Amino acid sequence: MALRIWASSTANALKISAKSTSVSPAFSLSRCFSSVLEGLKYGKSHEWVKHDGPVALIGITDHAQDHLGEVVFVELPEPGKSVAQGESFGAVESVKATSDVNSPISGEVVEVNTKLSETPGLINTSPYEDGWMIKVKPSNAAELETLLNPKDYTKFCEEEDAAH
Amino acid sequence: MRLPLMNLVKLNGMSILRQLHLEEKLMRTSSENWCIINDGTIKPTIVMGISGKPQELLETESVLRDEIPVIRRMSGGGTVIVDQDTVFVTFICNKDAVPGLKPDPQRIIHWAGHLYEKVFNGIGNFSVCENDYVLGGRKFGGNALSITSKRWLQHTSFLWDYKKSNMSYLKLPQKAPNYRQGRSHLDFICRMKDYISRPDFIDETIRAAESHFRLTPLNQEDNLLNQQYEHSRSRLLTIDELEEAPVYNPAVATRV
Repeated sequence: MALRIWASSTANALKISAKSTSVSPAFSLSRCFSSVLEGLKYGKSHEWVKHDGPVALIGITDHAQDHLGEVVFVELPEPGKSVAQGESFGAVESVKATSDVNSPISGEVVEVNTKLSETPGLINTSPYEDGWMIKVKPSNAAELETLLNPKDYTKFCEEEDAAH
Repeated sequence: MRLPLMNLVKLNGMSILRQLHLEEKLMRTSSENWCIINDGTIKPTIVMGISGKPQELLETESVLRDEIPVIRRMSGGGTVIVDQDTVFVTFICNKDAVPGLKPDPQRIIHWAGHLYEKVFNGIGNFSVCENDYVLGGRKFGGNALSITSKRWLQHTSFLWDYKKSNMSYLKLPQKAPNYRQGRSHLDFICRMKDYISRPDFIDETIRAAESHFRLTPLNQEDNLLNQQYEHSRSRLLTIDELEEAPVYNPAVATRV
């Protein structure tokens, strides 16, 4: 099991390395080999948020998609729905499992990524770009300060993996 | 080290929809660990996973003709047809309930596989094959899971016996495990009753669970088990949904 996960993470690292020349955001490579991007904030249930003006972009991290396996289905909320920090807003299906996806911030959903209906695997291949899940108009800017920065999230992942 | 507590609920013939609602309620509103064993369900029912598409998975004409109920459940995984000869086993746990078990899909499936290895203990060449439980190379049960940030649920419907006619409601799935090798349903599945008695299976499952948890039996009449849960995502599909053309794509399903 450990060898399979290491191999999966290594393959993922290689994919990230190959893409890095064309991806503009800086990234740091954690010791667990999943990529963690600079400029984003992270939740402890492995979601990321990018605050871009009046709207925040949300998805799941590379670490999360790596542990889930191939994503085959995505359930998203309707635009106009409210989301609350730490509460589930949707789900992904992978390897026989439905996994909740939690919102790192509170607010109103203004757009969902409809490409995920036909191509749910974008969450695996491009978790921080084409695999974004929802756009939210934040209702409480202070919540962003409660999230983890890239360095702290990397450490969180390492400690979580080491505990199991 | 003391084992964590787990409530054991033994049911007999509860409808599968009611069982799924109960499981969701315990998953979402309880902070305790649960093992639910339902010995059979009253009416033949088709149960699809969260992304199941009726037009792809079912012979919808005969399903509608024979008025077979179709449920879409909240967990992932494939499609089954269940009846009074199906034995259901569900584990609902806090994420830290099993020491050293990280609650991601593969590890939970691996843990459950080990548990059922103890149940069968060499009977029928039991093995876990591409996430399915097989005896003699034929499937008699699978894995379906639901995972939140704090808890996980793993459930299986075991084919203690089945009617050939019921299998005709199911199409050959487009995505099938490699070991299926294109076999029809009847050549792919087997009956657990050919290997172990029903009471023995239930007893051995409880015994295997006791190696991980201190089980506390709960009475079926307990209030907690009978209270309604309004937010359940497992539901019966409507006739319109079964009759819909393939343009319907549950991957765009929105949470209401």
